[in-house]
Amino acid sequence: MTQTTTERYRVKPIRQSRREWPFPLNLYQTAVGRKWVMALTGIGLLGFVLIHMIGNLHVYEGPAKMHEYAESLRNLGSGILPRSLILWLLRLGLMVMFALHLHSAITLKEMSRKSSLNASFQGGEKKYEGGREYIAANYASRTMRWTGPIIALFLFYHLADLTWGWWLGDDFVPGDPYHNLYSSLSRIPVAIFYVVANMALAWHIFHGAWSMFQSLGINNPKYNHLRKGFAASFAGLILLGNLSFPIMTQANLIDEDERLCQVNDLASNDEILACLTKQLEDH
Amino acid sequence: MSETITVNLKIWRQEGPNTKGSFEKYTQQITTEASFLEMIDLLNEELNNQGLEPVAIESDCREGICGTCGVMINGQAHGPRKATTTCQLHMREFSDGDEIVIEPFRAVSFPVIRDLVVDRSPFDQIIESGGYISVNTGAASDANLTPVPKEAADQAFDAAACIGCGACVAACPNSAAQLFTSAKLAHMASLPQGQAERWKRTESMVGTMEEFFGSCTNHGECHEACPKEINLDFIAFMNRDYMKAKVKNRALSGQR
Ligand code: HEM
Ligand code: SF4
Ligand code: FES
Repeated sequence: MTQTTTERYRVKPIRQSRREWPFPLNLYQTAVGRKWVMALTGIGLLGFVLIHMIGNLHVYEGPAKMHEYAESLRNLGSGILPRSLILWLLRLGLMVMFALHLHSAITLKEMSRKSSLNASFQGGEKKYEGGREYIAANYASRTMRWTGPIIALFLFYHLADLTWGWWLGDDFVPGDPYHNLYSSLSRIPVAIFYVVANMALAWHIFHGAWSMFQSLGINNPKYNHLRKGFAASFAGLILLGNLSFPIMTQANLIDEDERLCQVNDLASNDEILACLTKQLEDH
Repeated sequence: MSETITVNLKIWRQEGPNTKGSFEKYTQQITTEASFLEMIDLLNEELNNQGLEPVAIESDCREGICGTCGVMINGQAHGPRKATTTCQLHMREFSDGDEIVIEPFRAVSFPVIRDLVVDRSPFDQIIESGGYISVNTGAASDANLTPVPKEAADQAFDAAACIGCGACVAACPNSAAQLFTSAKLAHMASLPQGQAERWKRTESMVGTMEEFFGSCTNHGECHEACPKEINLDFIAFMNRDYMKAKVKNRALSGQR
């Protein structure tokens, strides 16, 4: 069979397989394997987003509880390990997952682009002259590579805003997340930006949390009908929780009027934190 | 009820693989009882009579089983009717005065040979890299010698319905060939006869697929375009089998 066909003109592959890396790194060399990585890191990120959202609900318990929650994150495992070690390991894991997720997304998209170059290409998508009515692909699935970067940009802004305090200046009080959150989200443009970015995140999750099942081959006719519902509920839950923070701040349900440890009354950051700790102990 | 309609055709013309193509416009009167390919046949006859080059379009069986006739019709692979190949499409799907844009399937690995005919031989290369299955030749074995569970037989049959037309690749925004490849893999992997080479076959066919085509993002357009309605479940099946194949200790492949 092969003898008769090798003589024939053959379409040349657009990419040749490279020398194989040792297992398990070789999985990342293949598109299907890389999609597994994208899905697994996606799950990790979903876990983070969920815990992050739930954790932040402490803000509704007031400044002292929020401070306590932030401290408890730093104190994870501190009975046996140095303080903040676990937190830093978690952060490191997140960074690695994020980097892998991004790299696999970008390279696989590039692979698809290279495979479609002879079609007219508009906005990074294969187009036909006769128009293109998508039947199955929904808006979320076609905008993954826009919602993704919006999330990445937002993430950078968000860290600079509430972790490093770049934009709050003197108003930034390390260790008092309630105050920082209030100061940041009480500015209308910032609140709008948070709302928009979290809508992008929810869009991304709406497709991603379904798509990952297919990528990982989790497919069982008994449960398949639940997968899209799961993705939609997950996205909805994250959206609801995360949008509540800017909205409640704007609606003055998160505010500092009745705060016991008023930031402006206290001279130094240490005094503020001491006041918050005392407030906790008094309870 | 037949009626005669006039359609405005906009057809992709390209002399050869290395020449630039462009759209040409034609008008054609046609009875709604004609098939889509008969409409093109009539157009070609007229072009011939005028001494012009007829439109090259591929077809063979004209009954929806050979997979040669795929073209994009108004941006949809095999045209607007679900689960229907181009040859099975009839002009009653269109109305008088409609513009019909006909263009070849697009993907870098489906180079245009002429006009609407593309080279789908990368599919053959995927199949070739799958190799053989171990069945004894010689006199036909007893029909029920190898028991096959009904469900497995059904699944293999569903997968085997793929006619290799390439509509999945054409419709895919990523030009990915996951639906085709996974159908071929599932066809074999569902049956006892396909077990011996299952993992090797999965690895090499996916490997060849990735040399030619894009990466799946689970849009699901392929399933909608597929004239045989091959299920997306096969793609998940392939993704799972591929990972198993990579991780598997082949010496133990009897232990599933
Ligand atoms: C916290 C943030 C993020 C979460 C929770 C998340 C989650 C996910 C999940 C679960 C998937 C599905 C994986 C699969 O199909 O197998 C996915 C896919 C994807 N992600 Fe993300 N992601 C995040 C951030 C990003 C960022 C920053 C980018 C930037 C480029 C990005 C780009 C993509 C792309 C392009 C896909 C593939 C879409 C597809 O296969 O249809 N993601 N994401
Ligand atoms: S999977 Fe469907 S669309 Fe793809 S080649 Fe087979 S029959 Fe054609
Ligand atoms: S001509 Fe054979 S499937 Fe259409």
